[in-house]
Amino acid sequence: MDPINFVYLAAILFAIGSAAVLTRRNAIVAFMGVELMLNAANLALVTFSRIHGELDGQVMAFFVMVVAAAEVVVGLAIIVAVFRTRQSISLDEPAELRG
Amino acid sequence: MLLTVPASLSLLFAKKSVHVAMSIVTAMVGLATAYIALDAPFLGVVQIVVYTGAVMMMFVFVLMLVGVDHREDLKETIKGQRWIAIVGAGGLGIFLMSVISRVSLPLSERVMGDPDLIAGVLFSKYVLVMEVLGALLISAAIGALVMTHLPPLRPRHTQKDIAASRVKIGADPVNRPMPGYYARHNALDVPALDPEGNPIADSVSRVLKVRNQTQDGVEFRAQLEDKENPELPDSSEVERGE
Repeated sequence: MDPINFVYLAAILFAIGSAAVLTRRNAIVAFMGVELMLNAANLALVTFSRIHGELDGQVMAFFVMVVAAAEVVVGLAIIVAVFRTRQSISLDEPAELRG
Repeated sequence: MLLTVPASLSLLFAKKSVHVAMSIVTAMVGLATAYIALDAPFLGVVQIVVYTGAVMMMFVFVLMLVGVDHREDLKETIKGQRWIAIVGAGGLGIFLMSVISRVSLPLSERVMGDPDLIAGVLFSKYVLVMEVLGALLISAAIGALVMTHLPPLRPRHTQKDIAASRVKIGADPVNRPMPGYYARHNALDVPALDPEGNPIADSVSRVLKVRNQTQDGVEFRAQLEDKENPELPDSSEVERGE
């Protein structure tokens, strides 16, 4: 299969992830949308690494994975902290703080 | 590809968060197979280990922690936000795909992303990035600890406070003597003797008293008073008198 098809797949996954971030109210589901966007970027990196025949793209995808793991740790800690104070993980309710 | 897109579409349409999480796990496995198909077997394995193994399980863990029965409210706070979002995301996808369809990239020869080749690049060209990532991971772990740390509900009860409160209510400030102390008997059921040679009832465990398994120590006092110097019995004399 032509590797360019995987770039199409990455574009589709990125669009789905961004739509999820924009529409879903549940903080955890929106966060999973962010994860899907990161994975789409990873897939594009790996595909271009295959197309160009160099390993730098794969190393970059590895770095993105590490940063995404650190980001998940901090993000889920924030979600847990918000849930403790507000008893809710809806993304709309913090907007009501504007008063 | 057939696996990944429907699984990730559940991100938009599934009602329950746990279903979303499990289908994202499926999408991650699909992405791992795509990596392996793209001659990157190391990244495929890392994808499965890191994403399906660690990240998504942590998502599920936090879902369980905050309660899975939290329903999303479907009330829109921004009017028409859903349609704007769908049009925007769809437009983004169509735009990206039209750009991709216009480029043609010549395919170069295959380079397998084996772990030894990846390590060669990782620890020579990108070794500084690697170290910075280590620092990032440590600070992320500390940040998560700080973020989820709860302040204590009541001030900490130190040993000094406990002692002060015990003196305040009028209790004996010194420790109770151990059973058998100054005594001629080495067992827990025999009360300690004070310097006058009288048994101290408090030195025997309450449990033994309830069970009536104690001795009152009177017979040991009687032996002490038989000595020729009864008013100052010291411990060495008591021990020798056995």
